[in-house]
Amino acid sequence: MNLGLNAVAVATLVRKEVMRVLRIWVQTIVPPAITMTLYFIIFGNLIGSRIGMMDGYDYMSYIAPGLIMMSVITNSYGNVVSSFFGAKFGRHVEEMLVAPMSNAAIIIGHVAGGVLRGLFVGALVTAVALFFTRLHVQHPFITVSIVLLSAIVFSLAGFINAILAKKFDDISIVPTFVLTPLTYLGGVFYSISMLPEFWQNVSRANPILYMVNAFRYGILGTSDISIGTAYAILLVFIVLLFSVCLFMMNRGVGIRE
Amino acid sequence: MLGPNGAGKTTAIGIISSLVNKSAGEVEIFGHSIDNDLAAAKSCIGLVPQEINLNLWERVDNIVLNQAGYYGLGRKLARERSEKYLRELRLWDRRKDAARSLSGGMKRRLMIARALVHEPKLLILDEPTAGVDIEIRRSMWEFLTNINDAGTTIILTTHYLEEAESLCRRVAIIDGGQIIEDAPMSDVLRKLQYEVFVLSLAEPCNKPPGLTQFETTVRSNGDLEVVIGPGQSLNEMFAALTEQGIQVVSLRNKANRLEELFMRLVENKSDAEVGA
Repeated sequence: MNLGLNAVAVATLVRKEVMRVLRIWVQTIVPPAITMTLYFIIFGNLIGSRIGMMDGYDYMSYIAPGLIMMSVITNSYGNVVSSFFGAKFGRHVEEMLVAPMSNAAIIIGHVAGGVLRGLFVGALVTAVALFFTRLHVQHPFITVSIVLLSAIVFSLAGFINAILAKKFDDISIVPTFVLTPLTYLGGVFYSISMLPEFWQNVSRANPILYMVNAFRYGILGTSDISIGTAYAILLVFIVLLFSVCLFMMNRGVGIRE
Repeated sequence: MLGPNGAGKTTAIGIISSLVNKSAGEVEIFGHSIDNDLAAAKSCIGLVPQEINLNLWERVDNIVLNQAGYYGLGRKLARERSEKYLRELRLWDRRKDAARSLSGGMKRRLMIARALVHEPKLLILDEPTAGVDIEIRRSMWEFLTNINDAGTTIILTTHYLEEAESLCRRVAIIDGGQIIEDAPMSDVLRKLQYEVFVLSLAEPCNKPPGLTQFETTVRSNGDLEVVIGPGQSLNEMFAALTEQGIQVVSLRNKANRLEELFMRLVENKSDAEVGA
């Protein structure tokens, strides 16, 4: 593999993806900021003031890390799935397929684009959160590394969705029927300690629970789960999903006749 | 590469350029196998597909710059090449516009600029002038001739047989996924055993003239069709017409010679299949 060529190709893809996000900022950046502001106002400020404390924190502070993570997850996923499926649909994916850049470079470039959008929107939502509450980051390394690894996981998942999608409906099925329920049930708005034991165990099968809680631990210092388990799950998912992406690209699934 | 619709031209190009997985056979591009030296093989190729496959929301210059990046060209060289080819293809003034705002002919020229930015040894064009007006088609022919003269090999598929006859040194005729003829253009045309000429006469014909050695047909407008077979010449035809007192005002081929050959090869193949 020609590393120099692939490094240039990845840099080109990342630049293209960032330019795409900025070009359509009304679709990519503004909506999550508005949605999260509404969450903070309604759940945090209006309803949260009646809920009281959660795990020793006021409700607004408790949900802030979850809402930031939720925006990172949905935007990382959404960026890659819409960009790569759009390239497939418009057939300009062929620009990459005829070039000597490796399939790994195509995956890494798109994932990097998804991660950057996720982090950018995450930073914007954090800025919005600071209008409503104070966030003192307890463990900066854990905070940054968990959000980065989570963005990678969901960018890879978005890439697989884009490869398998045949029509535009297919790129909204997973976010609507899988991602959103798992995120809402992943401890963004509540501690799983509030649930009966059976549902606590069911919740532990949800990978998003580990990401949200590990991120919350990084910021607030409280978590329902073990941080080591969260890292292990994230790393396993990254290896697994990247392997699936590479396998499908090498086989030409969804992109070659 | 000539062939009827569905003959396999685009599939063959897709396999060569890695857009279609092959089920059998081998492909080597300048000695690089697509099975075990794919990146090197891809570096040799520039592809202009039949369908518009541009990111229509992207700026014209970014499309060419990005393609350069996918081939590993640094930003500085990419900018130089991008300017060179956008100027040569008369798109430089539109470089900041989104591709969707370009006309059909401009989009095709943009795809050529994109395919050339890494200066490939082999340029593959799949019906590059389909749906392009005559003026742009001629200017594209001139451009392609120039880059071919500069050393770039060109594989072209086309429905315009005039395009093939005037541009190509070698022709492959493909039908049903099989190459049924592959030879230099001059050899292929030489195989043509007869030609049909249409003569406009000073006095239109009403009935076939008595040209015993030539097969003739009178057209409804009074023009005369004459078949020149093997061993016959135009001089003999004119001598015979002069003997009959027939004055010829102008002469033209009834059909493109390559088209006749193409039709005959494809028809012969169909007959053989029916016979088998």
